[in-house]
Amino acid sequence: MSRQSNRTTDSKKMNSELFTLTYGALVTQLCKDYENDEEVNKQLDKMGYNIGVRLIEDFLARSSVGRCQDFRETADVIAKVAFKMYLGVTPSVTNWSPAGDEFSLILESNPLVDFVELPDNHSNLVYSSLLCGVLKGALEMVQMAVDVRFAQDTLRGDSVTEIRMKFIKRIEENVPAGDE
Amino acid sequence: MTVHNLYIFDRNGTCLHYSEWNRKKQAGISKEEEYKLMYGMLFSIRSFVNCRKDGFMSFHTSRYKLHYYETPTGIKLVMNTDLGVQNCRDTLQQIYSTLYVEYIVKNPLCVLGESLQSDLFNSKLDSFIRALPFFNIRAA
Repeated sequence: MSRQSNRTTDSKKMNSELFTLTYGALVTQLCKDYENDEEVNKQLDKMGYNIGVRLIEDFLARSSVGRCQDFRETADVIAKVAFKMYLGVTPSVTNWSPAGDEFSLILESNPLVDFVELPDNHSNLVYSSLLCGVLKGALEMVQMAVDVRFAQDTLRGDSVTEIRMKFIKRIEENVPAGDE
Repeated sequence: MTVHNLYIFDRNGTCLHYSEWNRKKQAGISKEEEYKLMYGMLFSIRSFVNCRKDGFMSFHTSRYKLHYYETPTGIKLVMNTDLGVQNCRDTLQQIYSTLYVEYIVKNPLCVLGESLQSDLFNSKLDSFIRALPFFNIRAA
C-alpha cells in the first residue's frame, strides 16, 4: 500500500529545459532528414501517437481518473490533469461547438517552444505536432477517435497557441473472434 | 487464505500474462483454450452486468472467489482466491500501476498487445503476490 501512495504523490519531476531542448534536437534532425515540412509534421505526429498509447497507461495509473462520461469531461481531464501533470501548464478549454463535439485548448505558453524561433524557410512546419499525436494516441486507447490539429500557433505569428480537438466516433470494443 | 492464479487480458482479449500459485485443479484443456473461455465468460458477464457505475467486480462460488479489475484502456486483471479474501480491488489496481505500467508499458522493447515476455515483470509480480497478507494458507 505505502509503495503506491508514495509513487503517486512524488511523481518524478524533471527539468523541463532538458525536455524542451531534446525535443528541439529531434525536430532539427527531422528537418535535416526529410525534404519538406509536411513530412516532418507527419513523423512528429506518428512519434507522438506511439508515445500517447503508452502514456495513457501511466496517466491512468497515476491519476485516479476513471472512464469519462462525455467529451466535456474528457476536455477537463486533458486540460486540468494531464497537461498539468506532463507539461506543467493548464490550458483553457473554449470554443465549444454547438453539438459539443469540438473544442479548443488555448495554451498561454507552450513549453515545447521556449527557445524557438522558426526560420522563414519552414513556414509549413507545425513545430509541436508531437502533441497532436500524443493526444490522438492516448484517446484512442480509451475508445475515442479524435481529430487533433493546431489551429493557431504563436510560433507562426498568432497571439495564442490553439489546439483544436474534434470528436469523431466511439471505437467499439472488439468481440473475441470466433468460438461460439 | 490463498491466491490461486492471475490472468491479465488486453482489450482485444489477448491473454498478456498468466501465472498460478496454488491451483489444484487443472482445466484439462490447453491453456489457449482456457484463456479464450475465461475471456469469453468475462465478456459476457460485463455485458450482462453493465448497469452499476463500477460494473462487474467479483463473483464467488462455493469454493473460490474471482476478482476483476478493468482499466479505462481495457486492461483486465483477474485473480482467483479462496473465499476468505475480501475486496481485492486495491491489490489489482496496484498490480496494474506499480507492475504492469512500470515494467511493461515503460519498457519500449515490450510490444503492447502481445503475450508478455519480461522476466523482470514475472519475478516482480511473483514476489508481490507472495508478499500479500492473504497469500499464505497457514496465515488463515
